[in-house]
Amino acid sequence: MSDFIKKHKFDVILIGSIALILAIILAVFAFSKTEGAFAVVTVNGRQSAVYPLDEDLVVKLTNGDGYNILIIENGDAYIKEASCPDKLCVNQHKIRYNGETLVCLPNKTTVKVVSNVDGETDFIS
Amino acid sequence: MKAKKIAVLGMLCAIAMVMSYLEHFIPTPHPAIKIGLPNVIIVFILYRIGVKEAAAVSLVRVLLTSILFGSIGSSLPYSLAGAVLSLLIMVALKQCKVFATITVSIAGGIMHIVGQIIVSCIIMGTAEIAYLIPALAVTAIISGALVGIAGNLLIKKVKKI
Repeated sequence: MSDFIKKHKFDVILIGSIALILAIILAVFAFSKTEGAFAVVTVNGRQSAVYPLDEDLVVKLTNGDGYNILIIENGDAYIKEASCPDKLCVNQHKIRYNGETLVCLPNKTTVKVVSNVDGETDFIS
Repeated sequence: MKAKKIAVLGMLCAIAMVMSYLEHFIPTPHPAIKIGLPNVIIVFILYRIGVKEAAAVSLVRVLLTSILFGSIGSSLPYSLAGAVLSLLIMVALKQCKVFATITVSIAGGIMHIVGQIIVSCIIMGTAEIAYLIPALAVTAIISGALVGIAGNLLIKKVKKI
Protein backbone atom coordinates (compact mmCIF):
# COMPACT_ATOMS: atom_id res chain seq x y z
CA MET A 1 0.00 0.00 0.00
CA SER A 2 2.78 2.46 0.88
CA ASP A 3 4.51 1.48 -2.38
CA PHE A 4 1.33 2.39 -4.20
CA ILE A 5 1.18 5.78 -2.49
CA LYS A 6 4.88 6.44 -3.22
CA LYS A 7 4.45 5.52 -6.87
CA HIS A 8 1.29 7.57 -7.28
CA LYS A 9 2.09 10.39 -4.87
CA PHE A 10 0.87 13.16 -7.20
CA ASP A 11 -2.31 11.28 -8.15
CA VAL A 12 -3.19 10.72 -4.50
CA ILE A 13 -2.55 14.39 -3.68
CA LEU A 14 -4.56 15.71 -6.63
CA ILE A 15 -7.58 13.40 -6.43
CA GLY A 16 -7.49 13.46 -2.63
CA SER A 17 -7.62 17.25 -2.47
CA ILE A 18 -10.40 17.42 -5.08
CA ALA A 19 -12.41 14.85 -3.12
CA LEU A 20 -11.79 16.74 0.14
CA ILE A 21 -12.92 20.07 -1.32
CA LEU A 22 -16.06 18.43 -2.77
CA ALA A 23 -16.83 16.74 0.56
CA ILE A 24 -16.52 20.06 2.41
CA ILE A 25 -18.74 21.91 -0.09
CA LEU A 26 -21.38 19.16 -0.03
CA ALA A 27 -21.28 19.04 3.78
CA VAL A 28 -21.79 22.82 3.93
CA PHE A 29 -24.73 22.44 1.51
CA ALA A 30 -26.24 19.65 3.58
CA PHE A 31 -25.94 21.46 6.93
CA SER A 32 -27.07 24.85 5.67
CA LYS A 33 -30.29 23.36 4.29
CA THR A 34 -33.31 25.37 5.45
CA GLU A 35 -36.88 25.15 4.26
CA GLY A 36 -37.80 27.88 1.82
CA ALA A 37 -40.97 29.92 1.58
CA PHE A 38 -41.27 30.90 -2.08
CA ALA A 39 -40.73 29.38 -5.52
CA VAL A 40 -39.21 31.91 -7.91
CA VAL A 41 -39.74 31.19 -11.60
CA THR A 42 -37.10 32.47 -14.02
CA VAL A 43 -37.69 32.34 -17.78
CA ASN A 44 -34.99 33.43 -20.26
CA GLY A 45 -32.94 34.76 -17.33
CA ARG A 46 -35.75 37.02 -16.11
CA GLN A 47 -37.77 36.49 -12.98
CA SER A 48 -41.32 35.93 -14.22
CA ALA A 49 -43.32 34.83 -11.19
CA VAL A 50 -43.16 34.08 -7.46
CA TYR A 51 -45.42 31.53 -5.77
CA PRO A 52 -45.66 30.86 -2.02
CA LEU A 53 -44.82 27.25 -1.13
CA ASP A 54 -47.50 26.98 1.58
CA GLU A 55 -50.35 27.13 -0.93
CA ASP A 56 -51.01 24.18 -3.24
CA LEU A 57 -50.89 25.24 -6.87
CA VAL A 58 -50.90 23.97 -10.45
CA VAL A 59 -49.57 26.40 -13.04
CA LYS A 60 -48.47 26.20 -16.66
CA LEU A 61 -45.17 28.03 -17.30
CA THR A 62 -44.81 28.90 -20.96
CA ASN A 63 -41.88 30.12 -23.01
CA GLY A 64 -42.72 30.42 -26.71
CA ASP A 65 -44.02 27.03 -27.82
CA GLY A 66 -42.60 25.24 -24.79
CA TYR A 67 -44.29 24.69 -21.47
CA ASN A 68 -43.67 23.17 -18.02
CA ILE A 69 -46.45 22.34 -15.59
CA LEU A 70 -45.31 23.34 -12.11
CA ILE A 71 -47.02 21.78 -9.10
CA ILE A 72 -46.73 23.03 -5.54
CA GLU A 73 -47.98 20.46 -3.05
CA ASN A 74 -47.40 20.16 0.73
CA GLY A 75 -44.52 22.65 0.54
CA ASP A 76 -42.76 20.79 -2.31
CA ALA A 77 -42.37 22.12 -5.84
CA TYR A 78 -41.92 19.88 -8.86
CA ILE A 79 -42.53 19.76 -12.61
CA LYS A 80 -45.30 17.35 -13.52
CA GLU A 81 -45.27 17.67 -17.27
CA ALA A 82 -43.11 19.36 -19.89
CA SER A 83 -43.08 19.91 -23.64
CA CYS A 84 -39.36 19.18 -23.97
CA PRO A 85 -38.18 15.85 -25.38
CA ASP A 86 -35.68 14.96 -22.66
CA LYS A 87 -37.99 15.34 -19.61
CA LEU A 88 -35.02 15.97 -17.34
CA CYS A 89 -37.00 18.49 -15.30
CA VAL A 90 -39.83 16.00 -14.74
CA ASN A 91 -37.38 13.44 -13.40
CA GLN A 92 -35.75 15.82 -10.91
CA HIS A 93 -36.45 15.47 -7.21
CA LYS A 94 -39.12 17.54 -5.51
CA ILE A 95 -37.60 20.70 -4.05
CA ARG A 96 -38.42 22.45 -0.75
CA TYR A 97 -35.11 23.73 0.67
CA ASN A 98 -33.53 27.14 0.02
CA GLY A 99 -31.37 27.27 -3.07
CA GLU A 100 -32.72 24.06 -4.59
CA THR A 101 -33.55 24.58 -8.24
CA LEU A 102 -35.55 22.80 -10.92
CA VAL A 103 -33.97 23.31 -14.32
CA CYS A 104 -35.47 22.90 -17.79
CA LEU A 105 -32.78 23.69 -20.35
CA PRO A 106 -34.90 23.42 -23.55
CA ASN A 107 -37.49 25.91 -22.24
CA LYS A 108 -34.83 28.06 -20.50
CA THR A 109 -36.89 27.89 -17.31
CA THR A 110 -35.76 27.48 -13.70
CA VAL A 111 -37.74 27.28 -10.47
CA LYS A 112 -35.76 28.17 -7.36
CA VAL A 113 -36.76 27.94 -3.71
CA VAL A 114 -35.95 31.04 -1.62
CA SER A 115 -36.78 32.16 1.91
CA ASN A 116 -37.82 35.69 1.03
CA VAL A 117 -38.51 37.43 -2.23
CA ASP A 118 -36.46 40.59 -1.66
CA GLY A 119 -32.77 40.47 -2.39
CA GLU A 120 -33.09 37.42 -4.60
CA THR A 121 -32.29 39.07 -7.89
CA ASP A 122 -28.90 37.55 -8.64
CA PHE A 123 -29.59 36.85 -12.30
CA ILE A 124 -27.25 37.91 -15.06
CA SER A 125 -28.92 39.87 -17.81
CA MET B 1 1.67 6.00 -43.52
CA LYS B 2 -0.45 9.13 -43.70
CA ALA B 3 -3.42 7.34 -45.27
CA LYS B 4 -3.14 4.64 -42.64
CA LYS B 5 -3.23 7.20 -39.85
CA ILE B 6 -6.32 8.87 -41.30
CA ALA B 7 -8.03 5.50 -41.60
CA VAL B 8 -7.15 4.56 -38.00
CA LEU B 9 -8.36 7.91 -36.64
CA GLY B 10 -11.59 7.65 -38.65
CA MET B 11 -12.19 4.20 -37.22
CA LEU B 12 -11.49 5.37 -33.65
CA CYS B 13 -13.83 8.31 -34.20
CA ALA B 14 -16.54 5.90 -35.35
CA ILE B 15 -16.03 3.76 -32.23
CA ALA B 16 -16.29 6.86 -30.03
CA MET B 17 -19.56 7.82 -31.78
CA VAL B 18 -21.00 4.33 -31.28
CA MET B 19 -20.04 4.63 -27.63
CA SER B 20 -21.88 7.94 -27.19
CA TYR B 21 -24.94 6.28 -28.73
CA LEU B 22 -24.74 3.14 -26.56
CA GLU B 23 -24.26 5.30 -23.48
CA HIS B 24 -27.94 6.36 -23.69
CA PHE B 25 -28.95 2.80 -22.79
CA ILE B 26 -26.84 2.52 -19.64
CA PRO B 27 -28.97 3.43 -16.63
CA THR B 28 -27.55 6.08 -14.25
CA PRO B 29 -29.03 7.72 -11.12
CA HIS B 30 -30.05 10.76 -13.18
CA PRO B 31 -30.61 11.06 -16.94
CA ALA B 32 -28.22 14.02 -17.11
CA ILE B 33 -25.38 11.87 -15.73
CA LYS B 34 -23.41 9.90 -18.28
CA ILE B 35 -20.38 7.66 -17.88
CA GLY B 36 -18.46 9.31 -20.70
CA LEU B 37 -17.55 6.17 -22.63
CA PRO B 38 -16.26 8.07 -25.71
CA ASN B 39 -13.54 9.44 -23.45
CA VAL B 40 -12.01 5.92 -23.35
CA ILE B 41 -11.11 6.43 -27.01
CA ILE B 42 -9.91 10.01 -26.49
CA VAL B 43 -7.66 8.93 -23.59
CA PHE B 44 -6.32 6.08 -25.72
CA ILE B 45 -5.49 8.39 -28.65
CA LEU B 46 -3.91 10.90 -26.26
CA TYR B 47 -1.45 8.29 -24.97
CA ARG B 48 -0.92 6.11 -28.02
CA ILE B 49 -1.06 8.54 -30.96
CA GLY B 50 -0.85 12.19 -29.94
CA VAL B 51 -2.41 15.38 -28.64
CA LYS B 52 -3.38 16.87 -32.01
CA GLU B 53 -5.03 13.63 -33.08
CA ALA B 54 -6.96 13.36 -29.81
CA ALA B 55 -8.22 16.93 -30.22
CA ALA B 56 -9.25 16.30 -33.84
CA VAL B 57 -11.12 13.08 -33.06
CA SER B 58 -12.81 14.64 -30.02
CA LEU B 59 -14.08 17.66 -31.97
CA VAL B 60 -15.24 15.63 -34.98
CA ARG B 61 -16.95 13.16 -32.63
CA VAL B 62 -18.83 15.92 -30.79
CA LEU B 63 -19.91 17.57 -34.03
CA LEU B 64 -21.11 14.36 -35.67
CA THR B 65 -22.92 12.98 -32.60
CA SER B 66 -24.72 16.30 -32.17
CA ILE B 67 -25.85 16.22 -35.81
CA LEU B 68 -26.86 12.54 -35.73
CA PHE B 69 -28.34 11.99 -32.27
CA GLY B 70 -29.03 15.47 -30.91
CA SER B 71 -29.66 18.84 -32.40
CA ILE B 72 -27.04 21.43 -33.33
CA GLY B 73 -28.83 24.19 -31.45
CA SER B 74 -29.52 22.47 -28.15
CA SER B 75 -26.87 19.82 -27.57
CA LEU B 76 -23.79 21.03 -29.47
CA PRO B 77 -22.79 24.00 -27.24
CA TYR B 78 -22.86 21.82 -24.11
CA SER B 79 -20.94 18.90 -25.60
CA LEU B 80 -18.43 21.19 -27.29
CA ALA B 81 -17.64 23.18 -24.12
CA GLY B 82 -17.34 19.95 -22.14
CA ALA B 83 -15.12 18.29 -24.72
CA VAL B 84 -12.78 21.28 -25.12
CA LEU B 85 -12.31 21.90 -21.38
CA SER B 86 -11.86 18.22 -20.65
CA LEU B 87 -9.29 17.87 -23.45
CA LEU B 88 -7.34 20.93 -22.23
CA ILE B 89 -7.03 19.63 -18.67
CA MET B 90 -6.17 16.09 -19.83
CA VAL B 91 -3.40 17.36 -22.12
CA ALA B 92 -2.05 19.62 -19.35
CA LEU B 93 -1.97 16.82 -16.77
CA LYS B 94 -0.53 14.32 -19.22
CA GLN B 95 2.31 16.72 -20.08
CA CYS B 96 3.19 16.90 -16.35
CA LYS B 97 4.19 13.23 -16.74
CA VAL B 98 3.62 12.48 -13.04
CA PHE B 99 -0.07 11.56 -13.20
CA ALA B 100 -1.59 8.16 -13.91
CA THR B 101 -4.06 7.66 -16.77
CA ILE B 102 -6.92 7.27 -14.27
CA THR B 103 -6.17 10.66 -12.71
CA VAL B 104 -6.02 12.29 -16.14
CA SER B 105 -9.36 10.74 -17.04
CA ILE B 106 -11.01 11.79 -13.73
CA ALA B 107 -9.84 15.39 -14.25
CA GLY B 108 -11.21 15.23 -17.80
CA GLY B 109 -14.58 14.03 -16.49
CA ILE B 110 -14.82 16.81 -13.91
CA MET B 111 -13.91 19.52 -16.43
CA HIS B 112 -16.46 18.08 -18.87
CA ILE B 113 -19.17 18.79 -16.30
CA VAL B 114 -17.76 22.23 -15.47
CA GLY B 115 -17.82 23.13 -19.18
CA GLN B 116 -21.42 22.03 -19.58
CA ILE B 117 -22.55 23.89 -16.46
CA ILE B 118 -20.81 27.09 -17.65
CA VAL B 119 -22.65 26.88 -20.98
CA SER B 120 -25.94 26.18 -19.15
CA CYS B 121 -25.39 29.27 -17.01
CA ILE B 122 -24.76 31.39 -20.12
CA ILE B 123 -27.73 29.99 -22.06
CA MET B 124 -30.14 30.16 -19.12
CA GLY B 125 -28.88 33.61 -18.12
CA THR B 126 -28.45 32.58 -14.49
CA ALA B 127 -25.50 31.47 -12.39
CA GLU B 128 -27.69 29.41 -10.05
CA ILE B 129 -27.03 26.12 -11.81
CA ALA B 130 -23.38 26.31 -10.76
CA TYR B 131 -24.35 24.87 -7.38
CA LEU B 132 -24.89 21.53 -9.13
CA ILE B 133 -21.14 21.27 -9.87
CA PRO B 134 -20.02 19.61 -6.57
CA ALA B 135 -22.65 16.85 -6.70
CA LEU B 136 -22.01 16.18 -10.39
CA ALA B 137 -18.24 16.26 -9.81
CA VAL B 138 -18.59 13.37 -7.34
CA THR B 139 -20.25 11.28 -10.04
CA ALA B 140 -17.55 12.46 -12.46
CA ILE B 141 -14.84 11.07 -10.17
CA ILE B 142 -16.50 7.63 -10.21
CA SER B 143 -17.20 7.56 -13.95
CA GLY B 144 -13.81 9.14 -14.72
CA ALA B 145 -12.10 6.35 -12.77
CA LEU B 146 -14.06 3.69 -14.71
CA VAL B 147 -13.16 5.36 -18.01
CA GLY B 148 -9.52 5.60 -16.88
CA ILE B 149 -9.39 1.87 -16.04
CA ALA B 150 -10.89 1.00 -19.42
CA GLY B 151 -8.52 3.41 -21.19
CA ASN B 152 -5.54 1.94 -19.34
CA LEU B 153 -6.48 -1.59 -20.42
CA LEU B 154 -6.77 -0.45 -24.03
CA ILE B 155 -3.41 1.39 -23.88
CA LYS B 156 -1.72 -1.75 -22.46
CA LYS B 157 -3.32 -4.23 -24.89
CA VAL B 158 -2.90 -2.18 -28.06
CA LYS B 159 0.82 -1.38 -28.13
CA LYS B 160 1.17 -0.20 -31.69
CA ILE B 161 -1.18 1.49 -34.12
